[in-house]
Amino acid sequence: MSQPPKILVTKIGFDGHDRGSRIVAAYLRDAGMEVVYTGPWQSIDDVVTLATQEDVDVIGVSSLATDHLLLPKLMDALRAADLGHIKVVVGGIVPDADAESLASAGVARVFHPGSTREDIVGDVGDLAREARAGNAVA
Amino acid sequence: MSERPVQLPLPNFDAARAEWRQAYDDQIGQDREVRNRSGVEIKPLYTAADWNDGRYMEELGFPGQVPMTRGIYPTMHRGRTWSQRQLIGFGTPDDYNQRFRKILDAGANASNLAPCNSFFRGFDCDEVDPALLGTCGTVVNTVADMEACYQGVDIGAISMGMNDPEPFTLTAMLLAMAKRQGVPWSRITGTSNQSDYLSHFIANHMFLRLSLPGARRLLLDHIEFCRGEVPGWNPVSVIGQHMQQGGANPAEAMGLTLSTAIQYAADCVERGMDPNRFLPRFTFFFDISISFFEELAKFRAGRRIWQRIVRERFGATEPKAWRFKFHAQTSGVDLTQQQPLNNVARATVQAMAGIFGGLQSLHTDSYDEALNAPTEAAARVAVATQNILCEEAHLTDVIDPLGGSFYVESLTDEMEARIEEVIARIDAAGGMYLAAEAGLPQTIMGQSAIAHQDRIENGEETVVGVNKYCLEGAAEPVTAERPQAEAMAAYIADFQRFKDDRDGAAVDRALDDLARAAAAAPGTAGRNTFAKAVAAAEAGVTHGEICACLRRELGVGQPLVVA
Amino acid sequence: MTDNPMSDGPIGDAPVQLPLPGFDAARAEWRQAYAEQIGEEGTVRNRSGIEVKPLYTAEDWDGSGYMDDLGFPGQLPMTRGIYPTMHRGRTWSQRQLIGHGLPEDYNLRFRTILEAGGNAGSLIPCNSVYRGFDCDEVDPVLLGTCGAVVNSVDDMDICYRDVDIGSISTALNDPLPFTLLALLLAVAKRRGVPWTKITGTSNQSDYLSHFIANHMFYRLSLPGSRRVLLDHIDFCQRQVPGWNPVSVVGQHMQQGGATPAEAMGLTLSTAIQYANDCLERGMQPDQFLPRFTFFFDISMSFFEEIAKFRAGRRIWQRLVRERFGASDPKAWRFKFHAQTSGVDLTRQQPMNNVARVTAQAMAGIMGGLQSLHTDSYDELSSVPTEEAARVAISTQNILCEEAHLTDVIDPLGGSFYVERLTDEMEARIEAVIARIDDAGGMYRAAEAGIPQIMMGESALAFQERVESGAQTVIGVNKYEVDEVSDAATPLTRTDDAVMGGHVARFEKFKRDRGQQAVDRALDDLARAANAAPGTPEANVFGLSVAAAEAGVTHGEICACLRRELGNGEPLVLA
Repeated sequence: MSQPPKILVTKIGFDGHDRGSRIVAAYLRDAGMEVVYTGPWQSIDDVVTLATQEDVDVIGVSSLATDHLLLPKLMDALRAADLGHIKVVVGGIVPDADAESLASAGVARVFHPGSTREDIVGDVGDLAREARAGNAVA
Repeated sequence: MSERPVQLPLPNFDAARAEWRQAYDDQIGQDREVRNRSGVEIKPLYTAADWNDGRYMEELGFPGQVPMTRGIYPTMHRGRTWSQRQLIGFGTPDDYNQRFRKILDAGANASNLAPCNSFFRGFDCDEVDPALLGTCGTVVNTVADMEACYQGVDIGAISMGMNDPEPFTLTAMLLAMAKRQGVPWSRITGTSNQSDYLSHFIANHMFLRLSLPGARRLLLDHIEFCRGEVPGWNPVSVIGQHMQQGGANPAEAMGLTLSTAIQYAADCVERGMDPNRFLPRFTFFFDISISFFEELAKFRAGRRIWQRIVRERFGATEPKAWRFKFHAQTSGVDLTQQQPLNNVARATVQAMAGIFGGLQSLHTDSYDEALNAPTEAAARVAVATQNILCEEAHLTDVIDPLGGSFYVESLTDEMEARIEEVIARIDAAGGMYLAAEAGLPQTIMGQSAIAHQDRIENGEETVVGVNKYCLEGAAEPVTAERPQAEAMAAYIADFQRFKDDRDGAAVDRALDDLARAAAAAPGTAGRNTFAKAVAAAEAGVTHGEICACLRRELGVGQPLVVA
Repeated sequence: MTDNPMSDGPIGDAPVQLPLPGFDAARAEWRQAYAEQIGEEGTVRNRSGIEVKPLYTAEDWDGSGYMDDLGFPGQLPMTRGIYPTMHRGRTWSQRQLIGHGLPEDYNLRFRTILEAGGNAGSLIPCNSVYRGFDCDEVDPVLLGTCGAVVNSVDDMDICYRDVDIGSISTALNDPLPFTLLALLLAVAKRRGVPWTKITGTSNQSDYLSHFIANHMFYRLSLPGSRRVLLDHIDFCQRQVPGWNPVSVVGQHMQQGGATPAEAMGLTLSTAIQYANDCLERGMQPDQFLPRFTFFFDISMSFFEEIAKFRAGRRIWQRLVRERFGASDPKAWRFKFHAQTSGVDLTRQQPMNNVARVTAQAMAGIMGGLQSLHTDSYDELSSVPTEEAARVAISTQNILCEEAHLTDVIDPLGGSFYVERLTDEMEARIEAVIARIDDAGGMYRAAEAGIPQIMMGESALAFQERVESGAQTVIGVNKYEVDEVSDAATPLTRTDDAVMGGHVARFEKFKRDRGQQAVDRALDDLARAANAAPGTPEANVFGLSVAAAEAGVTHGEICACLRRELGNGEPLVLA
């Protein structure tokens, strides 16, 4: 990949706890990725617009308090905007039952509490490469 | 105490110490440098050379006396143990009522209402995506909802903690309900737990609803109103917990919190209030991490600094104003999703640190709190943990039981110095309001959050089940409770009916009054925004309507994003 | 705020001026305020009967007592710990007592614990083993329900399959005549592991505590037990120098009802008895005392337990120096294992026990223990399930590695309350020792029923406090709830057919062994038991090991010695 992976780190819904998203953003940046960081309370439309403008490979959504329940709607909106190649990952508190339904909605990866820096940086990098390959094919 | 003079130097002390040091060095091998989370170097041994009774009066004194190190009341936990203030909230008001009454039966003695996140963001149930309603807290939008929450509970008899950011609509609805029930406001006691708008701006954005200047003004209106009308209410809770959960180390969290309290006190003085009257109603809310001794030293040091600040900076002469009253919550950041029952042990250690630190009120996290809103079984264990520590373990027989420990006293001194440094840094930036606008505390916290995470990543800091002793297949399936869709739909229908049935003219009038008050100069007689919010709640105005009106008049809160 | 100019300087730099200016006036003011606000207040006493004041200050303990009362870790009077580095250098051993089912089950569970971070093993055998029987002598329905069925050298071999027995420390719950250790040494010989590499402890060597308090372990008559213990100590000293042949079990006393101070006093008196017996046998205190270890209970009475351990260390070093003239510093060390107290756990709301165990374990750690067993939360409803056992281990790991309790040696040292309480516990413990001394030592006192009566009275008194509500037990006499969600876990029982297979295998083991060698070994053992003690040929334990090597079973060794030395019958007082 000539250009470094480009990652949108964001929070949707209501919650504003951002310690996790800030740490992850810093780690991805330290690993050489380009990070767009939004802060909290983005609407689905905000995220889709930003993803288009910034041409990101991966969207990382941080969720502490059930905001992950909105992710199926984000997936639909991305597909509708012809951004189906973008990989969406979520990090935070996601119950197991919800993780399954998120996977079937197309969310690429759930990072539970305790995920290591290595896991996150590695997986997000891999997903970014996949996304870019998928986009090139499309 | 004149009977037994201490003869110093102690005979043989130096020789014995040298001998021990030699043996220690021979046997320890490669000694590691140990620092606590706040960066204080921790030596292997503390002795009478680190702290001795020559400083007793200056640094400790007696409980309820300056410098308050040993506790803010003469009897402390021997006289009255802490309030068990379990934060609960889930589903509809009826769900909350059922859960809360069970917790009262299980031994809790105070309420702590956690509303839904839609509420925190300042919306009514009909303004948001229903998928999120009631998943994290209780949906409370109207005075009728509030009545459902506390049905069968004597609201004049228990202490009510309200997780209620500005403009304090929950408190407004509580007061409206009291009026309906004929309970005089003088009997309403409790705390506006989420009054610390600076901490919301800096650290916990979920609670941030209004612009900084608007929030600043509303808090003062709230304090002024409560002082006059609800004298048993604590309108201010300064929240170190947000700072520490957001990444500040314990000393930083305490320093930033005290700086915030200084800001609020200075603002009150500027509004013309008397420190001896408003300071006794200041309360604090802290996180308790698993760094056991560091946490209890943090609280002891905090008491010592606060009494000095209020006396020296604000000239408070009333002993009640010198008291550093705090609620504490065991730290969710230290809990793990892996092997969740281990969290019972963690919460126990954390709670003990808080108790030894002299807290007035405690929330123990449920073991599944790192997974979802607590299940009922887990919430029950959390309450039982408090009961066990309070009534079985005999931790409360003696006031400040660790007082005099060479390590604890020395550490208290060192934490005090670190905390003072943070306060000096914020002072130099012009106080917390300006520092927050400039992003200074946000930067401090961000750096410490990453430094701590790095220590976990590289194994310097162990987290059992996460970076050590990980077990394959040991993860219990995590289930989350979700409110029943039909119950929530019925709730929304009730809410619509409530709005349809109320006196529309009265609602419009109340909202006009509120808007006019917000537009008036702060401090104008008869233009207290919180008084108008209470009147609006009485007239049936909803939470979301009050918030929308004030967002419009005072500006929407937007955090400074530093990343 | 004072900075700390003398933290590394000589202590004489900052003389304390007494009386402290303002102290008396401030105290009077506080007392006045306290009295006005406290309302009606009864006397608070801890379990040992010591009055607990609301506040302790520099007048209860001050730094002038530093050298006499505390000193430095690893130095007299040992109050701050028995090693110069204590937990900062090496944390305690995690010694979880485990055992149920077949030797194979034990092996699996033990290896899981090693993988989860445990660093020492302990073996609980089945109650049939405790009572001195083999599996083919008892009702099969009870086999393996409370511990592992271990009867032969083959069984022991399976218990430690794929475990290097020369590199772990093993605690055997092994009452006299120590058949488990005999079997273990036989396994070591089979595997070519030299006995000098075998380390661990005979946890249940304290026959007096079995006679007095925990009758399940009591197998041989008092005089017979007395002799076998000395043989055991003598043998280990010569042949298994890394083994601790003596563990004096205060846990039995406290679980049996003794208050913490009584339990400590009775335990020290028992240790005095064993040391005297060793002296009489001609052993050297500087040789045998370093291998004495102790085993205590940790109740919910947090500060009392911490003070109990600190006081115990101080008394023991004085005893061994003054009564036995021990001059080797190793002999002055009060090494102890501790177990969180099962008596304080509840069957109701079992998850609550995780909180209890955490508080108890913290008291033990701050008391300076060398080894720790944390109870599983379901211990009152069954043999621990694997999940509960894991939480128990994690609790230790959390306290050891997350909570930073081990950074500083004796972290509560200097606390006015803890130091004063340590002194007061010391005085109570000394009073118990004096009472037993007056009765002619623990052997005689036990025969006369003195400790039994003491414990019985204390047990009743505590139970009355629970019944009356003076002592709260959550879920039992306060905050009871209808049990729903976390109802008691079912008892894990080994499948009847599987246990039947084990018994058949055991019978086959007996058929296949060299019967002549077995008969000879049992004859030798019987002869030794009847010979005057003091020679290797008459060492009952040495011949038990030889018997185990020859394939003699646990039950056969016990039966032989019951016959020759007399069956153990406790003194029943009710």
